[in-house]
Amino acid sequence: MAVQNLQSVPAELSPEELEAAAQRDADGQANFDRVMAEDSRIEPRDWMPADYRKSLLRQISQHAHSEIIGMQPEANWISRAPSLKRKAILMAKVQDEAGHGLYLYSAAETLGQSRDEMMDALIAGKARYSSIFNYPARTWADMGAIGWLVDGAAICNQVPLCRASYGPYGRAMVRVCKEESFHQRQGFEILLELANGTAEQKQMAQDAVNRWYAPALMMFGPPDDDSPNSRESMAWNIKRFSNDELRSRFVGMMVEQVRVLGLTLPDSEIRFNEDTKKWEHGPLDWNEFKEVLAGRGPCNAQRLERRREAHDDGAWVRESAAAYAAKQVNKQKEYAA
Amino acid sequence: MSPHGNPEVPASAATEINREAPKASPVVETASVPTDSPAPVETKPVETQPTGRTGWGLWEVFVRSSRGLSHVHAGSLHAPDAAMALRNARDLYTRRNEGVSIWVVPADAIAASDPDSKGSFFESPQGKDYRHATYYTKSEGVKHL
Repeated sequence: MAVQNLQSVPAELSPEELEAAAQRDADGQANFDRVMAEDSRIEPRDWMPADYRKSLLRQISQHAHSEIIGMQPEANWISRAPSLKRKAILMAKVQDEAGHGLYLYSAAETLGQSRDEMMDALIAGKARYSSIFNYPARTWADMGAIGWLVDGAAICNQVPLCRASYGPYGRAMVRVCKEESFHQRQGFEILLELANGTAEQKQMAQDAVNRWYAPALMMFGPPDDDSPNSRESMAWNIKRFSNDELRSRFVGMMVEQVRVLGLTLPDSEIRFNEDTKKWEHGPLDWNEFKEVLAGRGPCNAQRLERRREAHDDGAWVRESAAAYAAKQVNKQKEYAA
Repeated sequence: MSPHGNPEVPASAATEINREAPKASPVVETASVPTDSPAPVETKPVETQPTGRTGWGLWEVFVRSSRGLSHVHAGSLHAPDAAMALRNARDLYTRRNEGVSIWVVPADAIAASDPDSKGSFFESPQGKDYRHATYYTKSEGVKHL
């Protein structure tokens, strides 16, 4: 997609050209403001403020990276899944995550950054992705807890993003949300089966829930009073609800669902606040969150290393495909000559 | 700048109309695309219609009906170049305000899957019901799931 309407103006413009550029920016801003006021959508060829573009690019590429890195904790368990059925389901889920990464990279590309640049940033360790994927998946029950809690939190976050003001992002999220619907259910059912199994299996399920609960809650991002990007993002109709609002909703859903599982959430302070009509939870360790984001989580190094390895291992496939395509073109040329 | 809709100023003329019209390619050339590709899912160019007396190429038209929705294929038309294709598309496919944005793509540039190998090409999802939420019946009735 062509990059255009970038505000950067080459230095050697004549006064008339500068004036015309300023006029274009002013018209563009007016159009952008109108689209925001009408809660309509911005499309790739529209003028948009540089910060809007930057902010979207950051969010969408981080989202894409999260899907790609997010394959790892689960892919790890494909070979150890307890049945052929579970293996097939897990493979389908990991395939979906790869697909979601690709939808999102395409959406980000419409903002003018190439996929190679984004990939390189991820591999170089310069890009961020969701902190949740830097935690280890220790047992089979973790596949259940990840599906139920992690995908549950992701869905909670993503459903409102289907209405994000940037058209390509919203459309990608619609596809993602449709496909995710089975992810949470399959996780829930893994836990349900374990919870109704032997005492040992039930304990394994409870352990997994205990370990994933707090990291899942932190997926919604820092508390509202400490969330630097939120305000702008909400003013631009990218985000529709604040981090705390979404987190509170999620807690409410989990409280109901954990009862069906016959398990408990590792949080004795969960309560429904009658005054605010919102669910509240116990304190979260935001230092841990910052540490993990800064690259010092339990699995950051391992995840990045694995991504690099996969990228290198795939080099021959990319090269062969390019060589084959080039050969076909030559063949056709010879044929036509 | 009028991003959409002003008939006299085609949307961002410089960028939207920067492609040459497809060369009036004789049918023979289409036939010269190697058909012995080993891949069962061989892609082949959309049938190129004879460009006829005028030498106008075939363009596929995609219309975005409103902001936030994707461009959807509406049909095709003949035109000598991209600018004319856009204008013709506007006149042909959006006479009742059906769109806010149009893409025209040279028909030759579209690679399509082979309708004859439909079965094997789309075989993979068959029998993979577990890709749908409805497969998971034990969690049915659980709220918000």
